[in-house]
Amino acid sequence: MNWILEPFEYDFMRRALLACVLVGFTNGFLGAFVVIRRLALMADALSHSLLPGLALAAILIGLSPLGLLFGGLLAAVFVALGGHLISRSSRVKEETAIAALYIVAFAIGIALIKYAGVKVSLDHFLFGNILGVGDSDLWTSYAITCVAMLLLVAFQRPLLLTIFEASVAKTQGVPVGMLLGMLILLIVLAMVSSLQAVGVLLSLGLLILPAATIYLLSDSFDTMLWGGAALGTFGAVTGLLVSFWANIPSGPAIVLILGLLFLLAYLFSPRYGIISRHFKRRHLHEESLERWEKK
Amino acid sequence: MSHQLHLEDVTVSYSRIPAVHHLNATLSCGSCVALLGPNGAGKTTLLKAIAGLLPLETGRIEFRGHQLEGTSGREIAYVPQREAVDWDFPVTVRGLVEMGRYPALGKWRRFGAGDHAAVEEALHICDLEDIADRQISALSGGQQQRAFLARAWAQKADIYLLDEPFTGLDRNAVEAFAQAMRRLREAGKLIIASHHDLKSVQALFDHILLLNGELVACGPTVEAFTQDNLDRAYAVHVFSGHAHHHA
Repeated sequence: MNWILEPFEYDFMRRALLACVLVGFTNGFLGAFVVIRRLALMADALSHSLLPGLALAAILIGLSPLGLLFGGLLAAVFVALGGHLISRSSRVKEETAIAALYIVAFAIGIALIKYAGVKVSLDHFLFGNILGVGDSDLWTSYAITCVAMLLLVAFQRPLLLTIFEASVAKTQGVPVGMLLGMLILLIVLAMVSSLQAVGVLLSLGLLILPAATIYLLSDSFDTMLWGGAALGTFGAVTGLLVSFWANIPSGPAIVLILGLLFLLAYLFSPRYGIISRHFKRRHLHEESLERWEKK
Repeated sequence: MSHQLHLEDVTVSYSRIPAVHHLNATLSCGSCVALLGPNGAGKTTLLKAIAGLLPLETGRIEFRGHQLEGTSGREIAYVPQREAVDWDFPVTVRGLVEMGRYPALGKWRRFGAGDHAAVEEALHICDLEDIADRQISALSGGQQQRAFLARAWAQKADIYLLDEPFTGLDRNAVEAFAQAMRRLREAGKLIIASHHDLKSVQALFDHILLLNGELVACGPTVEAFTQDNLDRAYAVHVFSGHAHHHA
């Protein structure tokens, strides 16, 4: 039984576990909005566009969490707004504009890190380094969780109206544009907070996999929110423990656990899983055949 | 005089091209109005303008003597075309109808007894009680349309703007929806629906507003729904700017 308790004996593991709880919860909760509003690819673009901001912040003010936070935030907002502007002022559609900008931003980021020659490993940003979580990282994560949860819960009703049907929401007096902007900003914040755990490239998994899994299991948006948060927490913590026991990096371990749960829901969800749907359809078919024969 | 919607010299553009020109009309509460006209006549544009989704280039819209500005009013409920809605959204019929209460609730107020009563009443009026706990994609087209009507009722709106509500409904569904519409009318609501099936106008609507970029006719169906008016609205001379010669 010792191996189960072993990870909790180390200080760095306790910090990492706490970070996973915070990050898993926030991303899992926010994910419901991303999945329903079909912002997954947008979020992917944003995650990549964090890199030049992180690199620049690392060069200018070192690896302080606040610096990284603002660097990443600026870069992502630049890409999101830039994509919006390009799509409005030319015939290029928004997803192309954003893809063009983020991939250029990503390239700039990689070049900056190599060229600047600071003691920052590219791997650290791309794949995270949860065992290096410091106190200030924890405080940053904690603050982001508080801000995100406060805003999302406070604006839950108008947000729900917005992502369900924006034009109806507008006629009800909901400030649709402002709320969508807030959502994008919170996505970036949540991603910055999950950098330590899973890195730029895998942060998307923490954001969308829990919500996508619950989406296959439930017809209630509330369940998607809180269930996503619970599943995100569970996945992040389990992934971290697995990474400790199996000696693999934490980012992939977390995303693999969440991916496995998604796959299980896809297959076995009572209502929307493909296997149960397969049997149900046969059942209905037999029923109708029976009725036919009775006639 | 007071329970009326006044449109005064209303001009609305859609992507910078004027689609509705200098329109004057008065519609009274307690009526079902069909918004008729050929494709591109400005039916949807006019609906969106009344809903506050499109700005007016000229003119004003007044309801009960006060001007409607922007979209902050709860007295207007807009029901989009069925294709515009994501029916896989994780919400039940009851949940959808509850959304009608959100503007009145604001951010923090709890969903109270009054709100529940309004939701139940809306479900009853639109005949949705038996299927209230179904996810919205498990509804037929007519039921989906009625669910949105119920949401508008729960909002306690006075003006209902419906974009092609009868499109794609079979005969029974049309009748069920028309019945829900009549109940709203009897409750003194103003229902304005864009509509393209001329054959069913007389059975479904008591008023019409005939549109072709500008107002052609507006009034009770028995008076305004005439062949002459329809010809004026639908017999369009399309100006293309080119002379096409076919050998």
